[in-house]
Amino acid sequence: MAVAAHSTAHEHEHPTSTGLNSRKLLFWAFLGSECLFFGSLIATYLVYRGRDQVGPHPHEILNIPFTSVSAFVLLMSSLTMVLALAACQRGNQRGTAIWLAATALLGATFVGGQVYEFTEFFMHGLTLQKNLFGCTFYVLTGFHGTHVTVGVIWLLTLFMLALRGRLPAHKALDVEIAGLYWHFVDVVWIAIFTLIYLIQ
Amino acid sequence: MTTTTAPVTGVGAAAHADSGLWSWITTVDHKRIGVLYGVTAFIFFLIGGLEAVLIRIQLVRPENTFVSPDVYNQLFTMHGTTMIFLAIMPLSASFFNYLIPLMIGARDVAFPRLNAFSYWVYLLGAIFLNLSFFLGGAPDVGWFGYSNLTSKQFAPGVGVDYWAVGLQILGIASLAAGFNFIVTIINLRAPGMKLMRMPVFVWMTLVTSFLIIFAFPVITVALVFLLFDRMTGTNFFIPAAGADPVLWQHLFWLFGHPEVYILILPAMGIVSDILPTFSKKPLFGYPVVVYSGIFIGFMGWGVWSHHMFSVGLGPVADSFFALTTMLIAIPTGVKIFNWIATMWGGRIDLKSPMLFAVGFIALFIMGGLSGVMHSSPPADLQQTDTYFVVAHIHYVLFGGSIMGIFAGIYYWFPKMTGRMLNERLGQLHFWLTMISMNVTFFPMHFVGLLGMPRRVYTYAPNMGFDQMNFWSTVGVFGIVLSVLVFIWNVLHSRSRGAVAGRDPWGGPTLEWAIPSPPPPHNFATVPTVHSRDPLWEKDGEQIVRTANERRGPIHMPPNSYWPFLGALGMTMLLSGMVYGWWVGIPGLILMLVAFYAWAFEPVH
Repeated sequence: MAVAAHSTAHEHEHPTSTGLNSRKLLFWAFLGSECLFFGSLIATYLVYRGRDQVGPHPHEILNIPFTSVSAFVLLMSSLTMVLALAACQRGNQRGTAIWLAATALLGATFVGGQVYEFTEFFMHGLTLQKNLFGCTFYVLTGFHGTHVTVGVIWLLTLFMLALRGRLPAHKALDVEIAGLYWHFVDVVWIAIFTLIYLIQ
Repeated sequence: MTTTTAPVTGVGAAAHADSGLWSWITTVDHKRIGVLYGVTAFIFFLIGGLEAVLIRIQLVRPENTFVSPDVYNQLFTMHGTTMIFLAIMPLSASFFNYLIPLMIGARDVAFPRLNAFSYWVYLLGAIFLNLSFFLGGAPDVGWFGYSNLTSKQFAPGVGVDYWAVGLQILGIASLAAGFNFIVTIINLRAPGMKLMRMPVFVWMTLVTSFLIIFAFPVITVALVFLLFDRMTGTNFFIPAAGADPVLWQHLFWLFGHPEVYILILPAMGIVSDILPTFSKKPLFGYPVVVYSGIFIGFMGWGVWSHHMFSVGLGPVADSFFALTTMLIAIPTGVKIFNWIATMWGGRIDLKSPMLFAVGFIALFIMGGLSGVMHSSPPADLQQTDTYFVVAHIHYVLFGGSIMGIFAGIYYWFPKMTGRMLNERLGQLHFWLTMISMNVTFFPMHFVGLLGMPRRVYTYAPNMGFDQMNFWSTVGVFGIVLSVLVFIWNVLHSRSRGAVAGRDPWGGPTLEWAIPSPPPPHNFATVPTVHSRDPLWEKDGEQIVRTANERRGPIHMPPNSYWPFLGALGMTMLLSGMVYGWWVGIPGLILMLVAFYAWAFEPVH
């Protein structure tokens, strides 16, 4: 991730064959690769659904109202991310800092909700080793949570840069690429929430 | 932004060093990284070859006791894993690194430090994987690691842990390289070099890179499951908990079949660029060759279950994958006819690169034909897990990939070193390889059809296997001899070979427009390209002049040691899964420090 977050190395250097920025192109390729990563995790969950030998089963412990709230929180963070980018493109570093902080906070709230959810499930007897639901659920949502956590660290790094006045308008691409990652992680959550929580 | 006349500037004390160990550790020059890849991968090719020799000695006669069954299992597992992940893939990567920027008219890859990172991760991962021989036993479950043979219950040792963690580390190296070359090829082409003017090798690198970035996440997930099962006691592949071990096979081969094309497409690209030069004719049907490569790239995703016919997936799945497998033979056949048509009517010059390229075509046809035989499920059921399959994979991977890679080495060695490889030794190398390769692998078709199972450490006498196994072992020593000839040729020629000059073969593509070896910045001025074979056109002379004529400032990226430290940290972090937190935690810290330092390192 840090690779793409690096300072504006190539930005104004070479005109590219396609006119697309190279870092942005690399990031799109990376997200394409991530689709296969999450696709494999989600497919495994779906293939193993209903094959558990022992409970707890999904319908017994998944808390849809609670997770709907944390899904809403994560989706709202995409809005603040867009506002952060817009502020950066206008050269408003104060606004950039505020919206980046808001995005990171919403992301952290989502991760906090996930920690709470995992703890609750654990109390109800769903360990990683308990059954297939346990391992497929925890590994899938755990990897998603890790992605959100990496995103929060990235956003906080950009937040520190913005505070020090190091995110002027011509560095908006740094924010834009972090935004691509952030929106992607959101979209993955929409898929997970729909397939695992809503369609049981 | 500084304007440098010295080709490479650096950060810190190593600023202007261009020789010595430190300069190699900090280099971001795609040509030096290409050399690092090539030399390292060749050493692992020798290690994998040594493992093969030991396997063949064990099989020279029935009921031999040269190695124990346990060691034999480790040998064939590490032979396959080494040849695929540590030899052929990085040998291809060596060509990607060295040639892609030269062929598209760029000064380096799009992300030079990421490129260095790829190499160091590969090297450290390869060392990690091979440490298992000395630290508790190498993996012994086959290169495909079928579950639930890999479960803690059936593989209690650390070998499988080394294998799974090692492949994760190597996967990161491949992914980073894949992203880098996609962006490089799409974005860093010389003015006028449209996609359909790129050399075929560049095209095949692009397709291969896409295959890498889409296939490796799948094996990553499969290995994550396996590691969770082994380290935390989860049930991803434990049938008692309701899991299905066939899931591993699907995930593995969904990666594994695109991987087959990751191994062969670069060699096809190399051959597609060599044949025109030595036939003095442009490639026949260039667009069709390119489209066939792309089609193979797509179709490679729809054939994985032909590795699993013996599982019993049912007639519908079997028929589907039989049809797609037959279908994928078509673009491959199209390429072969195009190569032959390229030579047809040409002024053929059978120099060693051309010999290896023609040898590639002949042997790959044979490997391809036995491959099509596998597309029929009833035939495949007879052949599965026998030496017939071993014969097939060696005709496509040795006869295909390795012959293609040798062709490439003979072709571009003059460009890389400024010296020609000795032609007589090259011819000797070719004929020794061609003959002993067939002596080794051709009999395996027959012992396979007679029913000799693969991956079994010995066989009973008088089953019709004895003679042919003996000849296979004889053949492998011929291959050893041929490789020794090659090594001698390289060591001798790199300092004492005939001086190559800019363009010893009369090649049509951009890399032949610049001196051999190329200067660090490659092109003094990036020329504008108007055709597929620019140096063969009327303005070829003009392009050569432009490429060597300095017209403006040249900016080269500075050296950096952060990619190496980041790779070291990441390898330590992941190997912590085997060694424990006292390696993993320092690795994590080192990795984070290195990545942040990398991100904020001044590059101008």
